[in-house]
Amino acid sequence: MSDKHLRRIAIDPISRVEGHGKITLLMDQDNHVQEARLHIVEFRGFEKFIQGRPFTEVPYFVQRLCGICPVSHHLAAAKAVDQLVGVDPESVTPTTHKLRRLLHFGQVLQSHALHFFHLSSPDLLFGFSSNLAHRNIVGVLEDYPDIGLKGVKLRKYGQQVIAAIAGKRIHGAATVPGGMNKSLSDEERKALLVDIKDIIQWSQDAVDLNEQIHLQHPENHGFATLTTSYLGMVGKQGEMELYHGGLRARHADGSAIIDQFDYTNYTQLLREEVRNWSYMKFPYLTSLGRENGWYRVGPLARVNLADFITTPKAEAARQKFRAFAHGGYVHDTLAYHWARMIEMLHCAEAIEELLHDPDIMGTDLVVKGTARREGIGVIEAPRGTLFHHYQIDEQGLIEKANLIVSTTSNNQAMNESVRSVANQYLEGQEITEGLLNHLEVAIRAYDPCLSCATHALGKMPLQVELHNAQGDVISSLSKSANGTIGCTFD
Amino acid sequence: MNQLLENTLTIDGQVVPFSAGQTIMDAALAAGIYIPHLCHKPELKPHGSCKLCTVDVDGRSMSACTFPASQGMQVANNTPALTEVRKTLVQMLFVEGNHLCPTCDKTGDCTLQALGYHLGMLDGHFPPFYPRREVDASHPDLILDRDRCIMCGLCVRASQQIDGKNVFALSGRGAQNHVIVNSPSGKLGDSDLNKDDLAAHICPVGAILPKNHGHEVPIGRRTFDLHTVAESDIATFNLHKTEHHDD
Ligand code: SF4
Ligand code: FES
Ligand code: NI
Repeated sequence: MSDKHLRRIAIDPISRVEGHGKITLLMDQDNHVQEARLHIVEFRGFEKFIQGRPFTEVPYFVQRLCGICPVSHHLAAAKAVDQLVGVDPESVTPTTHKLRRLLHFGQVLQSHALHFFHLSSPDLLFGFSSNLAHRNIVGVLEDYPDIGLKGVKLRKYGQQVIAAIAGKRIHGAATVPGGMNKSLSDEERKALLVDIKDIIQWSQDAVDLNEQIHLQHPENHGFATLTTSYLGMVGKQGEMELYHGGLRARHADGSAIIDQFDYTNYTQLLREEVRNWSYMKFPYLTSLGRENGWYRVGPLARVNLADFITTPKAEAARQKFRAFAHGGYVHDTLAYHWARMIEMLHCAEAIEELLHDPDIMGTDLVVKGTARREGIGVIEAPRGTLFHHYQIDEQGLIEKANLIVSTTSNNQAMNESVRSVANQYLEGQEITEGLLNHLEVAIRAYDPCLSCATHALGKMPLQVELHNAQGDVISSLSKSANGTIGCTFD
Repeated sequence: MNQLLENTLTIDGQVVPFSAGQTIMDAALAAGIYIPHLCHKPELKPHGSCKLCTVDVDGRSMSACTFPASQGMQVANNTPALTEVRKTLVQMLFVEGNHLCPTCDKTGDCTLQALGYHLGMLDGHFPPFYPRREVDASHPDLILDRDRCIMCGLCVRASQQIDGKNVFALSGRGAQNHVIVNSPSGKLGDSDLNKDDLAAHICPVGAILPKNHGHEVPIGRRTFDLHTVAESDIATFNLHKTEHHDD
């Protein structure tokens, strides 16, 4: 069916998803949602902007791409820049490797805490249909002061780890080509150890809470749920690995697509489809083709894909998670939240381990090699696999850059989840507040990294328009929501 | 007038001695008084182009770095009005180039950035120009990023007066003003600039930088993390004076 026969519903922007988003629902004449289009304008222009700039700037420049996971971009770019100075991921010094891991765990913990407590816990604790005015972090702090405060402290702790290593809690300076610019002092290490037991306990509490919520709400299980394949990084033994490892992709039934794949060959693994209505591309696994090759990334993918988790508490939580699906993969979209908290627990435990490792105070920080023209850095960012790929000219200026951010990898999945929810909740030709809320909840599960430049979260009015086949607006609805999170610029 | 006040002037009411041939800037720095400046370095001949050192001399606006000190002169330096003027000048320098501090390797060591903080600048105020000027990465050890050049001419003077070369020049007027390289191809790689030259180190902003380096000094240990721009410029002056006495 061509676009002409489809009515469009536009929802713009989405409250409490970072930044702007807009949804178009294309309906056929029987009022079925045939296709959902989530319009995301992220990262437009970045690849062009960086052209002609010295490569040393890249890890710093990319920190501006996201207000929530700047460190993930920083580290992915740093891994690529290492290669530009001839240093492979395995050749960095143990001190550099461990400091970067620690930094990364701090970032993931911080981002996951922010996402769950500030953005998602209101939906999950109060229910999707509850009063929007109360369904926010302020409401959580009022009704569940204990949970709300733990969330705030967890987030702060993640920032404290970041600040200790990068000098600032946001947009700091940590990496240099082939290494890091400093290690941790014993005082810094000890300061971080002070609260770590609480941090682990609160992360455990968050896992338990999410587990309970998911188990006690069977109506959540099918919500926006998709049976998909998954892509993510794993360690050499198949363990969960967020900083450096091989790529693993598996079908929905757990059968293998690829394993221990060297990410510097990612262009063989993935292709990116361009669709005329979207700035954001649609990546797919080349071997499965355009139609069937889409996949999901992020916490749900990683907890499904991992054979085990190296830290004991998170591993116990992972086993319960998989037991929920009788040992198979958990496909419930809302289980992203549960998986996210398992990862947060893993980060907390891994931070403790690293803080007891004397290598993080080492002085051997930088390795040098022979310059190369191409570098590819991949990392598991809070929201999923993140690819940074750079080519430089013979003078060291960026010639070509390609980024695949996690939100891009989840692009198709988010559209599919939105379509599923729309079909479930759309009645007639009217956009109800209920529908809006449900669409938001579906998108939020993926924790998409939308425009980080505009952080007036929840302060954005929600605009809904119903277009007929000719593009006329036949009904519209707008409302504003309340949120409390701001962005820190430096 | 009292004999003791021979060869003195006042800066913001403070009596400051000077010797013949000194500028207001020289006298101020020697007395430990900071007058904001960007295009001035004690070891180089003054250029008088940035106007950051504008002071009020007996009711008239003058550039402290070029104006000779004279007996009984009354200089106003640290006044709200002058701070406002200087802030506007710095804001204009920011918007005329691409000063994306967080991505710049000079952040924390940049005098323009430090002056922004010193003068209480909170934003660019004016609409940014976003110029796209040529980056010259042809030199094996150094990079010239014209997007960040503030046309202070320090590299030009350092090369001529200290290094005994003539690597740089300023060319063009107004918005077209830019730094050029005196080499057959106009490229830095073709010039006789050496990474140990003063001209390779003197840039107050991130326009001339060592290549393939950056952010090596952690936050907290960079120049302006440790010292204010005033402290650092006065220290540079004293260092220079001591060095001169040594040779
Ligand atoms: S390159 Fe640096 S030192 Fe030379 S004129 Fe420009 S800002 Fe001044
Ligand atoms: S320092 Fe006097 S004009 Fe620049
Ligand atoms: Ni992000």
